[in-house]
Amino acid sequence: MARKEINKSKVTWDYSPAMESSSHINLKKKYDLYIDGKWVKPSSGKYFDTINPANKEKLSEVAHANDKDVDKAVKAARKSYKGVWSKTTPAERSKYIYRIARLMQERAREFAVIETLDAGKVIRESRDVDVPLACNHFFYYAGWADKLEYAFPNRKVEPLGVAGQITPWNFPLLMAAWKIAPALAAGNTVVLKPAETTPLTALKLAEVIHDAGLPPGVVNILTGFGDTGAAIVDHDDVDKIAFTGSTGVGKIIQNAISGTDKKATLELGGKSANIILEDAPLDQAVEGIVNGIFFNQGHVCCAGSRLFVQESVAEKVIEKLKHRISSLVIGDPMDKNTDIGAINSKEQLDTIDKYIKIGLAEGATMYQPDCVLPKTGYFCKPTLFMDVAQSSRIVQEEIFGPVLTIQTFRTVDEAIQKANNTPFGLAAGIWTDKGSRIFNLASKLNAGVIWANTYNKFDPTSPFGGYKESGYGREGGLHGLSAYVKLK
Amino acid sequence: MERLEVLKTYKIYIGGKFPRTESGRFYNPLNSKGEQLGNICLSSRKDVRNSVVAARKAFGGWSERAANNRGQILYRIAEMLEGRKTQFIEELMFQGSTKKAAENEVNVSIDRLIYYAGWSDKYMQVLGSINPVASSHFNFSMHVPMGVIGVVADQTTSLIGLVSNIAPVIAGGNTCVVLSAENLPLCAITFAEVLNSSDVPGGVVNILTGSPAEMIKPLTTHMDVNGMVYSGNDRSTIKKLKESSALNLKRIMTYDEDWIKADAQNLYMLSDCQEVKTTWHPIENIGGATSSY
Amino acid sequence: MSIKKGRGNLILPDFTQSSCVDKVGVEERVARFQSRSIKNEAKMQGLKMALNMIDLTTLEGKDTPGKVKQMCYKAQHLHDFHPNLPSVAAVCVYPTMVGVAAKAVQGSGVKVASVSTAFPSGQAPLDVKIRDTKFAVDEGADEIDMVISRGKFLSGEYNFVFDEIATIKEACGKSRLKVILETGELVTLDNVRRASDIAMYAGADFIKTSTGKIQPAATMQVTYTMLQAIRDFYTTTGIQIGMKPAGGISNSKLALHNLVMVKETLGDQWLTNEWFRFGASSLANDVLMQIIKAETGVYQSPDYFSKD
Repeated sequence: MARKEINKSKVTWDYSPAMESSSHINLKKKYDLYIDGKWVKPSSGKYFDTINPANKEKLSEVAHANDKDVDKAVKAARKSYKGVWSKTTPAERSKYIYRIARLMQERAREFAVIETLDAGKVIRESRDVDVPLACNHFFYYAGWADKLEYAFPNRKVEPLGVAGQITPWNFPLLMAAWKIAPALAAGNTVVLKPAETTPLTALKLAEVIHDAGLPPGVVNILTGFGDTGAAIVDHDDVDKIAFTGSTGVGKIIQNAISGTDKKATLELGGKSANIILEDAPLDQAVEGIVNGIFFNQGHVCCAGSRLFVQESVAEKVIEKLKHRISSLVIGDPMDKNTDIGAINSKEQLDTIDKYIKIGLAEGATMYQPDCVLPKTGYFCKPTLFMDVAQSSRIVQEEIFGPVLTIQTFRTVDEAIQKANNTPFGLAAGIWTDKGSRIFNLASKLNAGVIWANTYNKFDPTSPFGGYKESGYGREGGLHGLSAYVKLK
Repeated sequence: MERLEVLKTYKIYIGGKFPRTESGRFYNPLNSKGEQLGNICLSSRKDVRNSVVAARKAFGGWSERAANNRGQILYRIAEMLEGRKTQFIEELMFQGSTKKAAENEVNVSIDRLIYYAGWSDKYMQVLGSINPVASSHFNFSMHVPMGVIGVVADQTTSLIGLVSNIAPVIAGGNTCVVLSAENLPLCAITFAEVLNSSDVPGGVVNILTGSPAEMIKPLTTHMDVNGMVYSGNDRSTIKKLKESSALNLKRIMTYDEDWIKADAQNLYMLSDCQEVKTTWHPIENIGGATSSY
Repeated sequence: MSIKKGRGNLILPDFTQSSCVDKVGVEERVARFQSRSIKNEAKMQGLKMALNMIDLTTLEGKDTPGKVKQMCYKAQHLHDFHPNLPSVAAVCVYPTMVGVAAKAVQGSGVKVASVSTAFPSGQAPLDVKIRDTKFAVDEGADEIDMVISRGKFLSGEYNFVFDEIATIKEACGKSRLKVILETGELVTLDNVRRASDIAMYAGADFIKTSTGKIQPAATMQVTYTMLQAIRDFYTTTGIQIGMKPAGGISNSKLALHNLVMVKETLGDQWLTNEWFRFGASSLANDVLMQIIKAETGVYQSPDYFSKD
């Protein structure tokens, strides 16, 4: 028998496609509005397509709700708030929410697949991050429903009433969970509008909520565009607006409700700093940089989009970073090995491309790994910009894509100063092996979330939200409850 | 021959100094008997601007002081107020209070300062949390001061509203720019003198007299102001505040309280001017080490 | 004894300043490797690569020439029912068995590796370790797997550890030197990183996790830390160093995840048995079962694969 000599020639080993199956998912051709426990046709009769951004194929069509539909939904929410939900005991409320969590878990894989198809995010993240976190969010808040008096010392807690909620397209199901779970736990009823490019998991969530036997009208889900959201914001009988999205729209909402008693929480944009000090665990810091900016294609409000590296290690870190991103797999989000999936929409890809052009025009040095992008669908290579200045537009403005700017610094003070020199204040990353320095930076950085020697970690128990133009209010944890209660 | 009384010149309080308004303007509010309260500074938008600069400059030092030290300074304010009780009572009576009401207002004001002095090193314990995240990380949330706060003080009282609005803001490590009661301005300036002699660093509290209607806009549109406390119930003012706040998403806190009441004070007025900061750090679990050691 | 220490032309770093390692970050990275889904052609290629990277090992007090000969036959005839299977990379034995093994694999291309330096504890004087090594080389060992003095390392005597490795390297002559760190005794990843740096600068051709006698052995966290050290050494010096996780890698899935880790940390150029080895005794059969399963579609029984 022939013996093979020890093989000294160069090999290449590429991963074969490992596609997640979509055979088990159940998508209707057309979705109506979920109002008062029923699926109802939009009063305009209009529907719009939702597509898979990875291949531009149509997935389904969903109803476009107008102000009449919003009014119907708010009325249903008010009716059930007065008649049913406020009379449901906290312990029973709690059990309903637990039930939603369990039903979601049972259908977790279906949620993950639909999320990936609709949003373009990679299946590994939908499966391992979005969906489990969304389920856990319901689990966490379920338990609060009958313990609210422990959350606010010396106060009696009452719900606000009807909460209008508008969620973004970057974490469609997770954001719906972040909004609905605490609202229900605190005893409110809900009218929620998912983003127009990613409506499907919210509609599937409506199915789960329906199956959970939640009383009609407690949760209403309306699909539509900005006009639908505006109708919710402007509706007289909404007590609370919870919005996650761009700072621009956040400001419009703040303005629109200024003459009313509506409470609001706004979770908006960011341009978060990720600071690498010379004594950091550099290889883990590089992972943190990658996770910070390339997680979910950079469509993350708290993305670590501004990298600050201490000059003594800058060359090393950038070399490691370039090497690391060369092993990222970019392509079909349904492939279990894909690290970077599709950009959510053509509109967003245009925005990212615009900023890449601006970066080049500003004289920054761009680096993109040598990789081939899929021919159809919306994709963007992971992009690094070196030689940028604090005054560069790509450093100042939120890009919301896989684009990282890299600046160097000499002293810790300089890093803090540059990191805080922004209208935003959502998150910050710190990498150093020295504990006292972590606490120094953590206390001086103006950001609602500080990740020290880690980045982009989320948990239902951990409050999330920012300073300044990153919005106000917190979601998650005990602190997330205060957005949905009146204290007496 | 009867001694000629020395009249007090009422100034404003910016950055620990007592200038007259840069505009040179003044106004003459009257008391209920129609007597002039004095030549009170009619502060301008530039005074607002200077105050915000002073407040921002003072913020770093004040917010980084030990909580215990901030508590002691608030307590010191109360001590100094107690020492100048008579003057405040006289000013309150001159502005229209009865003697009894004036005495009560000063007493409640002193007690209110002491109430918040006590909170300054306790609220973080009550409101902070360690969050049991599912991953191998230590995660905690703490309240940290918001920054520079604009305060539109209660317009119906001269002292108690002012004190009630300022105390929770500075107890929590913020600095502030205060628009005092337009028509009851005397105690505001005298209170500034108390602050100035109470170890409160210059710029932590800045007090302007004059017309809030004129100053609210430059204050609430100021991009370097992080939050606004409004005491009152004027809906059109609240609307204006909220609209202007959309510029930089400053936080708006409105209170419609009868400040003289003993219970018009609570932890939540302090926490309203705080941001929640959450910090994560990995927890290493070496080898098989467990609690069974 | 006067020797030229280590890789004489390199500027030595301060080993107390080796990069620090955050264990939780390493665990997260490793979890990502483990979430890679290796299917179809990639799986078949990976499995065959893994087979070809195995150092088939027997390191027992009760080893006999008969046992070693059988293992050597297996090394060359993994599963003769199946054509086109590669052989393993090497057999790994104690010095006294090197002569037997060298004869048994002669001409097959399978290398003979010998443990040395008072394996597994390393608790012997340097002259004994040198003799141990030279004996194995003289008997025909192509590769020497030495152990470092963990006690000395843990008491901070890094120069001692460095000098010992450099000395053994010299004793190896033309045989390639694998340096076993025995990471289970070093405990922290910071130590693993530092020991890797010392070994590479002192002259190691390969760095190896474990003797197989101590648990934990070749965890992916440890191997990943060592791969990062190899990459940094390569970036700094241009010298390519091999990696050998040993102990605990007993199934195909783990082997494939290790290969994924090598690919993504170092690159495809490390994916040959010149630069990567598995020290294992039971891995080969599991890989064989997976290969046959992939080809036949039928789940396999261990009874159809020879145990030696």
